[in-house]
Amino acid sequence: MIVGKVVGSVWATRKEERLKGMKLLIVQHYNVDMTPIEDYHICVDLVDAGLGDLVLVTRGSSARQTIQTDKKPVDAIIVGVIDRIDLKK
Amino acid sequence: MRLGRVIGSLHCTKKYPALEGYKLLIVQPVDSSNNPEGMPLICVDTVDAGVEDVVYFVEARDASIPLKDPLTPSDATITGIIERIDTINRELYRK
Repeated sequence: MIVGKVVGSVWATRKEERLKGMKLLIVQHYNVDMTPIEDYHICVDLVDAGLGDLVLVTRGSSARQTIQTDKKPVDAIIVGVIDRIDLKK
Repeated sequence: MRLGRVIGSLHCTKKYPALEGYKLLIVQPVDSSNNPEGMPLICVDTVDAGVEDVVYFVEARDASIPLKDPLTPSDATITGIIERIDTINRELYRK
């Protein structure tokens, strides 16, 4: 999984049938030492994250390993809101 | 699977229910000579690893296989703590 920050949301009226009802957020990629990385993902939010939250993102085919996203066209999901990161100095 | 060194931990109060009860660790991948390689990533821990441990981890969809519920959204899971690495020329690592 990777660390990211929620920087926006995506609204789409016309979308793939199986994605209806899913909240899509724009997540900027961060390194674990909190330096931003020039990369982002559009993620399905499964934990009700909000704007500015630091979140845990699961990518790739593993993003389909949930009841909500099973067999759906999803490749990035938010699976946690991060409270604390402890890094060995 | 790849080798990595545990460099920290991460805490989420609000998380996907299937991930409840698992420890999340920050792992710095290392190359075959035990030098850091690439960006650190967050792994689900199944073997009670700790900071400084050298571990091996499984990635992508296979990462949910070691977990109790097959529908757990993990894309990196630690599956072993390494005690010793031997290569053709020398012993590379010993705990």
